[in-house]
Amino acid sequence: MSLGDEWRSRDRRRTVVSVAAAWVLGVAIVADIATGPAMLPVGSVMAGLFGTTDDPLLLAIVGHIRLPIALMAVAVGAALGVSGATMQTILRNPLASSYTLGISAGAGFGAALAILVGEALPLPQTWAVPIAAFAFAALTCLLVAAVGRLRDATPELLILAGIACLFLFQALQSLLQFLASPEALQQIVFWLFGSLQQATLPKVGIVAAVLALVLPLLLRDAWRFTALHLGDDRARGLGIDVRALRLRAFLAVSLLTGAAVAFVGTIGFIGLVAPHIARLLVGEDQRHLLVASALFGALLLSSASVASKLLIPGTVFPIGIVTALIGVPFFFWLVLAGGRRR
Amino acid sequence: MNLDIVGLTVRYGARIAVQDLALTLHPGEILALLGANGSGKTSVLRALAGLTPHTGTARWSSPPRIGYMPQDSAANAALTVFEVVLLGRMRSLRFRPDAADLAAAETTLREIGLHDLAERRIGELSGGQRQMVFLAQVLAADPHALLLDEPTSALDIAHQLRILELLRAVTRRRGLTTLVVMHDLNAAARFADRVALLHRGGLIGVGAPADILRAETLEPVFGARVAVLPGPDGVPVVVPLGAATQAGEKIAPS
Repeated sequence: MSLGDEWRSRDRRRTVVSVAAAWVLGVAIVADIATGPAMLPVGSVMAGLFGTTDDPLLLAIVGHIRLPIALMAVAVGAALGVSGATMQTILRNPLASSYTLGISAGAGFGAALAILVGEALPLPQTWAVPIAAFAFAALTCLLVAAVGRLRDATPELLILAGIACLFLFQALQSLLQFLASPEALQQIVFWLFGSLQQATLPKVGIVAAVLALVLPLLLRDAWRFTALHLGDDRARGLGIDVRALRLRAFLAVSLLTGAAVAFVGTIGFIGLVAPHIARLLVGEDQRHLLVASALFGALLLSSASVASKLLIPGTVFPIGIVTALIGVPFFFWLVLAGGRRR
Repeated sequence: MNLDIVGLTVRYGARIAVQDLALTLHPGEILALLGANGSGKTSVLRALAGLTPHTGTARWSSPPRIGYMPQDSAANAALTVFEVVLLGRMRSLRFRPDAADLAAAETTLREIGLHDLAERRIGELSGGQRQMVFLAQVLAADPHALLLDEPTSALDIAHQLRILELLRAVTRRRGLTTLVVMHDLNAAARFADRVALLHRGGLIGVGAPADILRAETLEPVFGARVAVLPGPDGVPVVVPLGAATQAGEKIAPS
């Protein structure tokens, strides 16, 4: 067998990983819809989903309440996974994610600002908050990218800029919380917890549309991203315009992260952990890594959504808390397991 | 393919790294670029590869495909050797690589004798093996010219010899125009067809190793006392004797 054929079969095995993850994700979605104050058997979930029942209550629970939440978990998890993988690649840093680089903090500030000035805005709050969160997430990204444009955009410089943004927006967030009325403060804190409960199908559609627009663009650059793993100079030697590639990626990340956090608030660890799992299973070929990161991000958030309903029966834990509680031990395990392998 | 470098100048702000360099390179020939640290060797290479702004011209006898290999850096990417070499085909690589690109990667790996390592991760290799893989990556693009920055630094003598012998073989066989930045004067004497000596961004001399590698030329350039002896097979051998008493002695570029 030629080396090229061997590589192709390895390539197919990696595709199998993603296909398997997609199947498990399907199961997780059904489980997510099935769990809740009223636990539904799988048959009822299917009947509700495909409209093969006349029970209006079942149709309402499945179609209007639980399906949007389940799909939102998938769309947001996928967007966070892809944006985390992209950032870890372009910054060549395994700790990069929208959370660690201040993009989520920027979004949180935007949301807090919109909640605080709520009545003065011409928009209803259900839309003003996501729009402000999106705008500030994108602004943070562009701020970091702009710093990169000032001088040679080395990964270290961009990470420093991101961490500076993290502190800046956290301080501004605290300031707004300090100034807010008790009612507004409660809303702000709840937003910062992260929650899928406000999901509706149009909102899911927006996140999914951004993902559907951005992911193919990132995949078009997949080989160039892969080459970036070997260092900027080597990538340039291969004819890649590294600066332009980083800026394109930053733009994509700002769209993805902005859309993801806008409707559900701050959800940490998905963007950090999903790419790590994907990398363990499919390696650093970005064609596979991006797709697998999307699937594992979706799977993680979907599982977290199920867990958030099971932790204390009758109560829905804010999902942002659940992802961190599950994510931290898992992350330690990953780091330690990775350390042993080296 | 011939390369005529005329008036090549590289500036970093106010500092002039390379000044008014003129050099002609020929196909099938290895030219070693020598000089102390900071003498401008890497800047010449980066300018020729189009990675550093510069003035002056580098005229190729026809439009070139240049293979540029930067100094070795630890590469801990979770990529296999085959994939690293495949990336050398970047200019034609499709999302689903076509047979021609896969075949080119395989042919190059076999040419270099690395095909047994194809499935290994780049991070698991020794420094010497890694350098061979990156040389294969550069060669996979089917370049007309090679610009290599210290391909053998930090390698043991066996790997040094292997890489340089390989380099000479592919340069001859493919008729490449090869410019190599080197630190090891003895390796340069043995493997380069000609050597060019840089000092503070200016060219001190270019010619056959035996003509350039002379104690009176090397001592002021490197700030070290050396003896140059004839080797057992006639190739000159540079023996370091000690640091120069008057470091940084000035000499005028010829």
